[in-house]
Amino acid sequence: MAKEGKTIDALSQFELTPFLGFFGQSVGFSQSNAFMLLALGLITLFVMAAAARGAMIPGRLQSLGEASYEFIQGMVTEQIGSEGKKYFPFVFAIFMFVLFGNLLGMLPYSFTFTSHIAVTLTLAVIVFVTVTVIALMRHGMHFFSYFFPEGAPIWLAPIIIPVEVISYFSRVVSLSVRLFANMVAGHVMLKVFATFVVLLGSLGAVGPFVAVLPLSVNIALVGFEFLVAFLQAYVFAILTSIYLHDAVHLH
Amino acid sequence: MRRIMLATMLSTLMPALAWAASSAGGPPVEGMPQLAFGHPVQGPLLIGQIVWQVIIFFALFLLLAYVALPRLGAVIDNRRQRIEADLEAARAAMQSADAAIAAQREATQAARSEAQGAVTAAMQAAQQEMDAKLAALNAALAKQVADAEARIDQSRKAALGAVQQVASDTVGALLTKLGASADAGQVQAAVRSEAAARGIA
Repeated sequence: MAKEGKTIDALSQFELTPFLGFFGQSVGFSQSNAFMLLALGLITLFVMAAAARGAMIPGRLQSLGEASYEFIQGMVTEQIGSEGKKYFPFVFAIFMFVLFGNLLGMLPYSFTFTSHIAVTLTLAVIVFVTVTVIALMRHGMHFFSYFFPEGAPIWLAPIIIPVEVISYFSRVVSLSVRLFANMVAGHVMLKVFATFVVLLGSLGAVGPFVAVLPLSVNIALVGFEFLVAFLQAYVFAILTSIYLHDAVHLH
Repeated sequence: MRRIMLATMLSTLMPALAWAASSAGGPPVEGMPQLAFGHPVQGPLLIGQIVWQVIIFFALFLLLAYVALPRLGAVIDNRRQRIEADLEAARAAMQSADAAIAAQREATQAARSEAQGAVTAAMQAAQQEMDAKLAALNAALAKQVADAEARIDQSRKAALGAVQQVASDTVGALLTKLGASADAGQVQAAVRSEAAARGIA
């Protein structure tokens, strides 16, 4: 992994390594995918454990599970309306996948798979394709009226249609880059300030006292990163809901 | 205890995963590893990452949509139904209580009006009885008065009859004294007409 020296090496934490040596190497299964699999296990375990007892008066774990269920369900029905109930599992999966990816990244020695543009872009493409397929299935050819708002003067069509098409496709970019940039920035900052702690700490007698400064910054950053972890998962899920709303209602 | 075990498991899992992910090797990565598609080691891993991600995300979606979320949803629905049923029962109980209160009020009202009717009827009966007694008494008294009057009349008539007899006798005697004689029938008729003329017949 990172070769710790007297230099600031903030990017090597994002390098992929094959999981279980030769096996990972041969099927392209990296530690990033291992953490995805871990997230899948933890999410499923979390929801199943929350539902396992099925108590009338929920315990803490059950409350947490039900709260997340009702939070996402509320978001979906609020954004899409009653037709949105069908898409609730999809939005829930998106939300939990991003959230667990972000939160697992906060553990020491772990890997943050949401800090890879390939991953966030894939997720955004999954959302984009799903939304477009749903829109086409619901509205057929009428879907293309989405790109030209009703009542606009017809001579504006050459301007409006390209703008609408570009803005439709830019959803993929904005969805993926937002999450990717947030996670990368956060983890680079953590790494940089952590390296400062090490570099300053080795500066003789006063070093450890000065090193307290970047250490306290890092502690604040960890808290901030937890906030970002939830916030970005929320943003990803709510944007997915909004896009689903557009697919169901066409504006 | 379970929580501590879980935390221990999680905290040992991360180094284990890090250890299992052996070093990548290959030449040093230039720039951002996320964009190192041309790197001999990173490139295939990046592509593989996408493929595995699609598989894993699809599996996650299926697990959540068809196994895990329906169970949690059933738990929540159960509770909602239970609460609704309880509310319904409470509402029904309140309604029956309201009905009972209304029935009780109605019964009270009926009893009160019945009592009122009974009092009025009793008062009327008493009045009627009193009226009847009074009427009977009045009738008896009137009868007594009438009887008395009849008797008085009879006595007076008898008395008057006697007066007429005396008058006739006196007239007869006077006529005899005067040396005249008259028919007794004539005398009586004359006395009677005279008495009638003076209003004492």
